[in-house]
Amino acid sequence: MAKLKSPGELEALRSSILKKRDPDKPCITVCNGTGCQAYGSKSIMAAFQDEVKKQNLGAKVDVKAIGCPGFCERGTLVVIKPKDIFYQRVRVKDVPEILSETIGKGNVVNRLLYTDRTTNVKVTREGEVPFYKRQMRLIIGNNGLIDPTSIDDYLAIGGYTALAKALKMSPEQIIDEVKKSGLRGRGGAGFPTGNKWETTRKAHGDTKYVICNADEGDPGAFMDRSLVEGNPHSVLEGMIIGAYAIGSHEGYIYVRNEYPLAVRHMRIAIEQAEAYGLLGENILGSGFSFNIKIKRGGGAFVCGESTALMASLEGRVGEPRAKYIHTSEQGLWGKPSNLNNVETWANVPLIINRGGDWYAKIGTKGSKGTKIFALVGNISNTGLVEVPMGTTLREIVFDIGGGIPKGRKFKAVQTGGPSGGMIPESLLDLPVDFDELTRAGSMMGSGGMIVMDDKTCMVDMARYYTTFLEGESCGKCLPCREGLRQMKYILDGITEGRGKEGDIGLLEELSATLIDASLCALGNTAPNPVMSTIRHFRDEYEAHIKEKKCPAGVCTFEAVKVK
Amino acid sequence: MVKLTINGRDIKAAEGTTILYAARENNIYIPTLCSNEAVAPYGACRLCLVEIKTARGRERLVTSCIYLVEEGLNVQTDTEKIRKIRRMLLELLLARCPDSEVVQDLAKKAGLDKTRFVEQTGNNKCILCANCARTCEEVVGVAAISLAKRGVEREMTTPFSEDFSEACIGCGSCSYSCPTGAISMEDKNSTRVIKWPHNTMEFKLKKCSVCGQYWAPEKQIEYIAKISGTPISDYDKCPDCRE
Repeated sequence: MAKLKSPGELEALRSSILKKRDPDKPCITVCNGTGCQAYGSKSIMAAFQDEVKKQNLGAKVDVKAIGCPGFCERGTLVVIKPKDIFYQRVRVKDVPEILSETIGKGNVVNRLLYTDRTTNVKVTREGEVPFYKRQMRLIIGNNGLIDPTSIDDYLAIGGYTALAKALKMSPEQIIDEVKKSGLRGRGGAGFPTGNKWETTRKAHGDTKYVICNADEGDPGAFMDRSLVEGNPHSVLEGMIIGAYAIGSHEGYIYVRNEYPLAVRHMRIAIEQAEAYGLLGENILGSGFSFNIKIKRGGGAFVCGESTALMASLEGRVGEPRAKYIHTSEQGLWGKPSNLNNVETWANVPLIINRGGDWYAKIGTKGSKGTKIFALVGNISNTGLVEVPMGTTLREIVFDIGGGIPKGRKFKAVQTGGPSGGMIPESLLDLPVDFDELTRAGSMMGSGGMIVMDDKTCMVDMARYYTTFLEGESCGKCLPCREGLRQMKYILDGITEGRGKEGDIGLLEELSATLIDASLCALGNTAPNPVMSTIRHFRDEYEAHIKEKKCPAGVCTFEAVKVK
Repeated sequence: MVKLTINGRDIKAAEGTTILYAARENNIYIPTLCSNEAVAPYGACRLCLVEIKTARGRERLVTSCIYLVEEGLNVQTDTEKIRKIRRMLLELLLARCPDSEVVQDLAKKAGLDKTRFVEQTGNNKCILCANCARTCEEVVGVAAISLAKRGVEREMTTPFSEDFSEACIGCGSCSYSCPTGAISMEDKNSTRVIKWPHNTMEFKLKKCSVCGQYWAPEKQIEYIAKISGTPISDYDKCPDCRE
């Protein structure tokens, strides 16, 4: 493939790709995300390919492995385009029937359809599944349309049009558009993206870096993984546009090594984009050059923190430093560096294509656009949920998530990862955006959402998260290292029946110190699980301490009785 | 020169000075354990936290060992909030190093005589400030010891936690830079003994060809000869006996 030398050549290529495709030809798409692979989607994919040959259907149907569309609970997911027939919990044994019935005769295989739990009615089309119907899948939706290892698939759905458009704009115009959109960083802190780009653009120095943070480390969170696995080009396109706006010629994707499929797909995407001249020297003949390298993280949670991430990129120990000078001024190797999260980058092409004003119409006053959440825990519909900012927790948990399984009651939802907070039932009507979650004592974080039912002990949950953070604290600064150690001792004591009068007060004092005195955001936010459970579930702490009882029946106090 | 106020006092300090050193030059006390002029600021012990208000009116807590003086900065080193944080930090330190006299003294100064937290055992005086490892790397240039592992498992150790660090030249800079006396050094006749929290190493000392005194570890002399490009024979005599 010769490199594309102009936006015109890109459009010509796109037309030739589309011309070769028959939109009416049935295409069986099989989710090949990590979740569905665990269900055996690779063998299902192979079975489809074998069976197509056996039934001699090659001329009638295509088979395609796609990225994760989100409804992980019902994997392996198979959707037959263009009619969007949605089959769920598909196993290898179902493959011959799908081919002979649906492709051969045009019949729907009823037993593989999804049943709407509230109405007990079988749903045929993907878009009608309640889980999807109530979402706004601007970003994650494309995962279901393309083979992530095919740049032609991405081009077929309009990929890299935003890049071609951006290269005709001035860097300032792009930054203005991003500022107008109101996009805030999806990694957790919610910093306005356009402002960050502007600071990095204006920072002194010729060498500037653009970095993608794909070091997703929150337990239960997998939206970034699914984006990199399912649509790596959208992240690349965002980064190239950002680099052009910032004036950077070198980029890094810092992705954790525990995401092998994400690493593989991103590597393929970079090679393909380079081969097409969409990445590398003189992109689309614009004179602008930009290269991207992948760096794999070793699995330290703290390396998601910007300064620790950059230290790790440099080959040093991944420990944070004080950020009195921002990384946008002095970051990687002391050069101005712009770090954004995977989802932030994936939003950029959308903003350039449809305009900042259009984007700013979605969401709330202070938080624009959509957000992808990883909905997990005691929830009927585990999966990835993309909704406009401002959607209430109740809509996410009950309308989209299908509520709590096994007839149990909702107790709390943990947002923002391990250093987020637990939100009780009384706040279920809270509109989810950056500011509202912070006000409720939690945070947006990167978008993990762990639902807990009434069989969950909140003190035990606080202990679990504190233990996680104690293990992931880098140990550089005293309050985080020693504070979390002591916090864990106290919580261990309370959950094992050794709780004393004054423990709650001591936890609160410790929390205040961690918030004020820790070196980085890991320590600053680490008390959130403890603080939010004390705030909303204080009675459970008191029952453990005073009555040596665990109201949820989780903690056992045998050790105390033996003594 | 930059003009700022610390605890209401007008102060002038050279640009690029940290708040901590500006305060010290003016005899204003800010407690600290991990700060050492010989090495780059690190900000681990957090004892030197101060409250600042910038000329633009932004108020926040910063580590004075890292934050540089700026025009119109208003610094408070001893507010109720700061005292509360320091007391809690010292309480945590007392639990970590119950046997450290330095920590006990600082705690006493802050009005604390005991900790409410679970005390660590094993007579470990190391507060993990990394002064030793940072001095070894940044000043000596050998990086014979470093911090390993993370979080509560973090420890100061030799490469691969072996008993013997091959890179160590026995200079003892780690011991000099340790704020809590967790690393000790003693010269006994022809042998230098350095004791770290996790192990002990011995070094052969070189004898002066004139006075017969043992004056420096042989490995250190070899290292100095190597980095300075001078012949090893230059070091036969101790500094006192050289002409």
